[in-house]
Order: sequence, then C-alpha cells, then structure tokens
Amino acid sequence: MSEREIDEISGTETTGHEWDGIKELNTPMPRWWVWTFYATIVWSIGYMIAYPSIPLINDATKGLLGYSSRASVAQEMAAAEEVQSQFVDRIAQMPVEEISSHPDLLQFAIAGGSAAYKVNCVQCHGSGAQGAPGYPNLNDDSWLWGGDINNIYQTIAHGVRYEAEDDSRFSDMPAFADLLEPEEIRQVAAYVVSLTGDPSDASLVEPGSVIYAEQCAVCHGDDGTGDIEFGAPNLADAIWFYGETEDEIAGQIANPKHGVMPAWVDRLGEPVIKQLAVFVHSLGGGQ
Amino acid sequence: MTDTRSQTTDVEQFDAQAVNAAWARKPLYEARKKIFPKRASGQFRRFKWLIMFITLGIYYLTPWIRWDRGPFAPDQAVLVDLANRRFYFFFIEIWPQEFFFVAGLLVMAGFGLFLVTSAVGRAWCGYTCPQTVWVDLFLVVERAIEGERNQRMKLDKASWSVDKLAKRVSKHAIWLLIAVATGGAWIFYFADAPTLLVNAVTGQAEPVAYITVAVLTATTYVFGGLMREQVCTYMCPWPRIQAAMLDENSLVVTYNDWRGEPRSRHAKRAKAEGKAVGDCVDCNACVVVCPMGIDIRDGQQLECITCALCIDACDSVMDKLGKPRGLIAYATLNEYTENMKLATAGGTSPISPDLIRNKDGSFIDKIQHFDWRIIFRFRTMLYFGVWALVGLALLFALLSRDRLELNVLHDRNPQFVTLSDGSIRNGYTVKLLNMIPEPRVIFLSLEGLPGATMSVTGIDQPDGRSFAIPVDPDRLRTIKVYIKQPSDLVQPGKTQFNLVAEDKASTEMDVYNAAFDAPEDK
Repeated sequence: MSEREIDEISGTETTGHEWDGIKELNTPMPRWWVWTFYATIVWSIGYMIAYPSIPLINDATKGLLGYSSRASVAQEMAAAEEVQSQFVDRIAQMPVEEISSHPDLLQFAIAGGSAAYKVNCVQCHGSGAQGAPGYPNLNDDSWLWGGDINNIYQTIAHGVRYEAEDDSRFSDMPAFADLLEPEEIRQVAAYVVSLTGDPSDASLVEPGSVIYAEQCAVCHGDDGTGDIEFGAPNLADAIWFYGETEDEIAGQIANPKHGVMPAWVDRLGEPVIKQLAVFVHSLGGGQ
Repeated sequence: MTDTRSQTTDVEQFDAQAVNAAWARKPLYEARKKIFPKRASGQFRRFKWLIMFITLGIYYLTPWIRWDRGPFAPDQAVLVDLANRRFYFFFIEIWPQEFFFVAGLLVMAGFGLFLVTSAVGRAWCGYTCPQTVWVDLFLVVERAIEGERNQRMKLDKASWSVDKLAKRVSKHAIWLLIAVATGGAWIFYFADAPTLLVNAVTGQAEPVAYITVAVLTATTYVFGGLMREQVCTYMCPWPRIQAAMLDENSLVVTYNDWRGEPRSRHAKRAKAEGKAVGDCVDCNACVVVCPMGIDIRDGQQLECITCALCIDACDSVMDKLGKPRGLIAYATLNEYTENMKLATAGGTSPISPDLIRNKDGSFIDKIQHFDWRIIFRFRTMLYFGVWALVGLALLFALLSRDRLELNVLHDRNPQFVTLSDGSIRNGYTVKLLNMIPEPRVIFLSLEGLPGATMSVTGIDQPDGRSFAIPVDPDRLRTIKVYIKQPSDLVQPGKTQFNLVAEDKASTEMDVYNAAFDAPEDK
C-alpha cells in the first residue's frame, strides 16, 4: 500500500483498494472546496474566541464579545417596552374611564388587554370570554358587580371573595338549607322561575313569593333584579349563573356555591389592569 | 503494469479509436470568441434606431409623467406604491386583491409573444428585447470611442498603451454611466420620481433604493457591456422555446441559397471557366455586421436573434453588384423550400442558378414571394383569439369592477351571546373598502333578520338598522358591529341575512350575505 499506484486511463492516483478488479480513484478534492474547508476551520477558531463555546462544569467560556442569548432577549423586551412606554405611561396617569376618549390609547389598551386576557383570564372565563357555569360570561350585559368601566376595573384589580386582599369584593349568601324547610325552598325556587318562565307547579309560586319577600328581597331586590352592591345576581333576566332549571335553582338556594376571583393588581400592575378593564368593557356588554 | 497485449503478435490489431478518447476530448468550457460587429446601414438598421429611441424613451420618461388624481392620491402616472400596496397606471388604480389584472397582462404578453413569433419570427429578440436594445446602445458608445470594426480589432490586439488605456477607461466609464442611469430610472417607478431624485442625489433615499440601483447598474453593465450575445445564447430560455412557435409559414431571416449558391469570390473568372455561379460573392458582409457573430448562410440557428442587420449588409452589396436585393431576406420555410425545389430540379441536381433564371438574368415567374395573407392562418388567429379574449375579459373586469367593497367576519368565539332580556347578540368584524381617492360616507344597513338592530363600536348613535360610517380616501376601515335580535323573533340555529354597504352619492353598493347564530333549542 505504501507504493503509489496511478490509474492508467484517468492518470489519477488510486486508493489501493480493489474490489473484483475495480479500483477506487483517489481523486483530489477541488481546490476551491479545500480552501473553503480551511476557511471554515479558521472561522470556527475565531468564533470560539468571540462567542461562548467551551462548556465548563457549572458554566461555559464567556467569549470576548460577551454575547448571551438571555441578555439579547432581555434587550428585545426592553426595546419593546420602550416603544410601548409612550402609551403605557399615559394610561398609567389617567383614570380608566378617560382612556376611551383617546383613540390611540383605546386601540392600544384593547390590544394590550386582549394579550393579557389570553395569558391570565382564559383559564376560567374561556378563550372567547364566554364564561362557564360559575364563571361569568363577559360578553353579555349582565354584571354581578357592575358593568361600567370603573366597576370592571375594581373587580379585576381586587378580585371577588379573595381572602388575601382587603379591598376584595365580598358577599355571602346564606345556606338556606339551615333556615328553611325543603318544601319552602321548592316554593322559593318555583317563584324565582316564575319571574321569567313557567314553574313546574303554579301553586308553589304564591307561598314562594311570601318567603322571597322575607328572606331574599333584601339582597336580590323586591322585583328580583339583584343588586351590584352585594354581587347579588339579577333573578329576573334570561341569564343564569349556576344553571336555570328549577332543581338547580333550589340547590343554589339550599347550599349556594360562591366563586372566587383573585386580585390581580399586585401581579399585573395598574396599567395592565386598566387595559384589561378597557378590553373587557369593549366586548359588547360594557355599560 | 505492463501491457501484455502488444507482445502477442498473433492477435489482430485494429485501427480503432474510442469516440471519447481522452487525448481527443475537448474541454467542456469553450472560451468566448470576441465579436466586433460592424455598423450596418439600411432600412432595418433605421427601423432598429427608431425602436431603440421609442423603447428607451418609454423606459426613462414614463416615471416623470404626471397624472392628477386629486389631493388624496399620488400624481405620478405610473407608480408601484409598495409601501401603501397600490399600483397606479394612468386612470387605473389597483389594490393587491386585484393583482389578477397584472397576471392577465402577463398572459397577454405571453400570447402576444407567441403571436408575433409565429408570424414574424423572433422580432421580440431582434428589435425590442432590453438585452438587444442596451447592447445596441453600448455598441454605439464602443464605436464612437474605439472606432469601426477593424480599428477595434486592432486595438484589442494591441499591447497596452496610454491611448488604449484612455479609450478603454472612457468606454467603460460611459457604459457605467448608462448603467447607473438605467438602474436609476427603475427606482422612479416605485416612488414619487422628483422627490426620490432629490433624495437619491443628496443621499437621503432609503438603502433599498441605492441597493436596487447598484444591482441594476451591475446587471446592465455586465449583460450589456461584457456578456452581450452570451446572455442570448446561454442564459435566455426563449431561443430554446421559439422552435415550438415557429412553423413553415413564419417569417425568418433566411439566406436564399437557392439563388446564392454556388458562392464564388471570383464570379467573373468562374463564369468564364463555365462554372455555375450564384449571387453570393462570399464577401462576409453578413457575418461582420452580426451582433451574434454567426453566419446566416449556415441556416436558421439558435443564436440568431433575427435583427435583420445581415439583410441590410447583403442588400447594399447586391445594390453595388447591380443584382436584385433579397439574397438574405425575411422568408418563410415554405417559399424557401419551393424555390429550392426549382433551383435543384426537385432535388435531383445540385443548386443550379440557370434553373431559376431567364436568359436575361431575371428570375423566372415561378419563384415564390412572400404573400402577406399567410400571416392570417389558423395558428396566428388562434393566438390572436386567446390574446383578444383575455384582453376583453380584463377590460370587462376593469369597467365593471367595484370601488366599494364589504367584507364581514362573523365572530366564532362566542358564536352568540344571550343578553339579560333574552335577546341574542352576534358580533361581526366588518371591513369597508373605499377604493377611490375620495373620502366617502358609507351607509351600512341590515336587510332581513326581523326586529334586529345593530350597534357599531366607535360610532356614537343609538341602536338602529342603518349606520353612516365615514371612510378615509383609498383606505379600508375595520369596524366592530354587534347585531341583536329580540328573543321572540329569534329563529333557532343559523339565519341568513344581508349586510349592505352603500354610497348614496354614487349609488355604488355591495351586499354581503352573512349568518346569524342562535341556540339550537331556543
């Protein structure tokens, strides 16, 4: 193998390997290819010096340029914040109800609120803000705690029945299973259904209305339209929070479920809460 | 290794050689042979000057034509406004969704090229192709500085001197100037020309403008000055496609060898010796004027761009010799074949000039001449038909197109919302397109869906069935529309209805058939 062997026809050196009389030519690489290859080696050395490259036990070499992908992300984020700050600063300084009178801020707040909503709110209120039993639909015009922009802002910022927050909205419907007989609960449920529809037994409505006036009207109002001061739902509209059948209503009277919404102001900061309030208000039901 | 075959003497030796024997192989790359075209003069040369004047004029001057479109649109007659996604062509304005007009024009250009090629051969290549026009222009410069063909050849062979250097530098400098002007003119199609000119000269234009100028300067200089005929021969696909477009009735530049052969440089002596003598005196005038450097007498070939300069060259020689013009001429394959049959007695003899001539030297009556009626044949009519059909369709589309459009996107999440009074609400994103450069008030109204009312975010007006919405000139306005139907009128499931956008001033309108969703069990 040490002897160089030249192929007769092509005049090229062979590798010395032979298979059934066929020999492999050792055709040299094209020169441009070889030089490109060398150039990449030289380049890689420079690259290793300039950029983080060699892994150490807890770290890696830093490189002369001090590049870090985390730092560059942080830089991009800072740049984005810098661009947004012209809007965010103005939003931070003005009361939330004034935002909608500035078209540029309104547009920015709806876009920003929509983004914040997708991260923080969809888990309970749904991706279309359509809600679920126990989680209010934010598109409609029925609001437990008020649907004007200040009330929406207040609810998002401080939450509902959120123990850790002093300013949280709070109300507690008593469990009437302890106060009323089951028959009486059936009568009240029949009365509540009769406000918007047909109860199962019309004879229950009359005694139900008497109990309602004694026990329920304080919070839900004489006409059943509710009261946003107590987060008492409107019982005389077409929208039901925990279910619309008479059984479900009776169950809610006997052992009411109470939803909890966290306070977001510490977590998201005031400007984002304002954007969220503007966004929710823009969904079609804002008052 | 030793060759044992040569030692065996009793084996027959063949006188053979491999077709691809290594020593006889030619390199795959053939070095370019320089071409020094001589200036031709004659009717085709004059025609080409005229075409060059017109095409260059169109190219350089078009961006400077003004066209008043009112205060809300640019006043440049031809403008590709990429930033605002608009294309302006005199009285036509095209939005991106109307790009099919451009596609239609390209289809027309394609069929137009087929039509022209099948009728008169590669007229596009010979007269109007930018490559041909700019090479012609660059040759004018070359001739002005370095002189006519012989002087240029001498200069090329000469060793470097101050004179040669001066000539070469000035030639390339002028070429580069033309190239910069060419690249420079291009960018004016994409922005307001006067503004851009000032910005470009003062260094304030966008980098993309300078990059475009640089790229087009490079391509113009390299293609027009350095590569020339190689672009046509090696880079352009059209010479290869043209064979499918030409037929036996297409006019092509033809050397009529039925009257030219046998060629002779010493016609008189040959005649005296009793030899047959054709009209061709083998002066090579046709070869020296050829910008492609070919010999048309070898027949129709891929390199030939049919610029017809060889016709001019040959005609002037024929004039000098007192012979009829047209030894090289535009001819169809059909007439050529007929005449060839005459000259060779139906292919039984070599070309004989006597067979096609009377005793006095004039041509016999049987000689075929070009009949212009052959242009109107099935093939060309077919191309023209398709071309005209596409053109008419585009014209119809242009005249009947809407300048007011309405697009509606139905909210899908949630599909509908039940309101506290039991009514059902659907949300829609509505896009109103005002496609004229005038501000307009577009009336958006509901058609169908009994009892329903709508509200528009951003328009301060109580719920109703019709809204007046101002839209900026030449802009799209996106609005959020909520439509609400009382519970007693709601149909379960999906209900179709119309949203109508109407400009009461121009009575232009657009209707969108949308759906209203409600619960299935309502």
